[in-house]
Amino acid sequence: MLALEHVSVRYGGVDALKDVTLTVVPSHVVGLIGPNGAGKTTLVNATTGLAPLATGQISLDGARINSLPPHLIARTGIARTYQNIRLFGALDVRANLAAGAYARKTRLTNDEIAALLERAGIPGIDLDARAGALPYGDQRRLEIARALAASPKVLMLDEPAAGMNPSETSRLVETIRAIAASGIAVLLIEHDMPLVRAACDSVVVLNFGEVIARGTPSEVARDPVVVEAYLGSGAEALA
Amino acid sequence: MQTLLDFYAKHSRLIDQIGVNAILALSLSVSLQAGQLALAQAAFMGIAAYVSAILALNYHWPLLATIVAAVLVSTVVAALLAYPVRRLRGVFLAIATIGFGEIVRVIANNLKITGGAEGMSGIPNDATTPVIYGSLAVVAIALWLLSRTKFALAVALVREDEYAARGVGIDVGAIRTLSLALGGAIAGLGGALYAHASFFITPNDFGFARMEQILVWCVVGGVTSPVGAVIGSTALSILPEAIRFLADYREVSNGIILLVVILFAPGGLASLWKWRRGAPRDPVRVHA
Repeated sequence: MLALEHVSVRYGGVDALKDVTLTVVPSHVVGLIGPNGAGKTTLVNATTGLAPLATGQISLDGARINSLPPHLIARTGIARTYQNIRLFGALDVRANLAAGAYARKTRLTNDEIAALLERAGIPGIDLDARAGALPYGDQRRLEIARALAASPKVLMLDEPAAGMNPSETSRLVETIRAIAASGIAVLLIEHDMPLVRAACDSVVVLNFGEVIARGTPSEVARDPVVVEAYLGSGAEALA
Repeated sequence: MQTLLDFYAKHSRLIDQIGVNAILALSLSVSLQAGQLALAQAAFMGIAAYVSAILALNYHWPLLATIVAAVLVSTVVAALLAYPVRRLRGVFLAIATIGFGEIVRVIANNLKITGGAEGMSGIPNDATTPVIYGSLAVVAIALWLLSRTKFALAVALVREDEYAARGVGIDVGAIRTLSLALGGAIAGLGGALYAHASFFITPNDFGFARMEQILVWCVVGGVTSPVGAVIGSTALSILPEAIRFLADYREVSNGIILLVVILFAPGGLASLWKWRRGAPRDPVRVHA
């Protein structure tokens, strides 16, 4: 279980996160929504050690991780994807998957590679293709496959549906639900409300770095504070 | 056979130089593969050259012992240098490491034990052709074996995207330090062999001009390819002999070659064999 307790992050005089408490348990998908600049990616960066905490604590299965450097946090079992795709673009697909499995003691077998690509929804992709030359949707999914290659306990997906068409987004829901069903705790940052409703067990709403609401997707959609701050007419999509 | 022996007798110095230059080019290639434009190879080479020369001349150590000591010292110096430059990237790293090279040169110019500006002469000429090419083979095999390990994967990932590399569990600082230290070790080997093949060394042998030369070899051969580094250093070591009539314009001809390669084969000479007009760029392969 990933637990953030009273976490604050400050950039200069700006509070990017203020006293955020959040837990993500295995087999559950927690949606993290909010307007641009609300602190969603900062929360992921803080969890992965890329943004220092001003206050608070982050723990994984009871062990404090926020004092560890980013590479050791990754090795504890926290994997992520990025808002702007960060594949190793000049390397081939196989090397990108091997990168995800870097912390493992053994190399990925061909069967494991096939299973990873299947889980990420890109079976049959050319393993020798340059990752940066893949179609956009495949790059997004390869990033998910790379994260899964680490056999993570927690997977943090930062806007995985960005740039995808409705059909790709719909398939992404199945992918995310299947990942959670395998026992992984998933934190999903998204602006696509139908996706959030379909994929998430619960939703946390951030605004100006603070949690303003939490609950099931339909509870959050009915919260007038959330409607006022973020959803507006999009509340129907989440209800 | 006699023809070969005659050829060797006539060109033995050039043949030895090619071997030493290939080792030096490989040393820079190691840093470049990790995405580090660290230009201190000439300094590491110089430090090792002086260590091996001093041990041989003043303490009468045998060649192998002087080489081992020189490589150890250059490795430690490279690893120590990695700490202050750990946050520097690109041109800033290049400038800092060039500055380090100049410091080493100035120190060598002013120390009594290094012979000051006049340098050191009378170094035993015992780095023979088999010793040089045996050393080159050891370096090549070691790098080939290394290319099949997770270290090589980590080096490629750090070069591609340090930020994402951290996200998959790679200690970027350690990889950068190790690659700089490994480059320092190989440059040290090249420096020790250079001293024992040259009889005579001065601080200016290890200045910015030497560093620029090593960089050009790698760029011409292919910056991320060890094979390219060897091709580049060999081609540019032979070239001055092949175009001796242009000896007065050597720097100009080097500059023209560099420009032509950058413009028409940015992947270096090593990339030419698979070059096809309009073909998509091949991915960089690592043993994953």
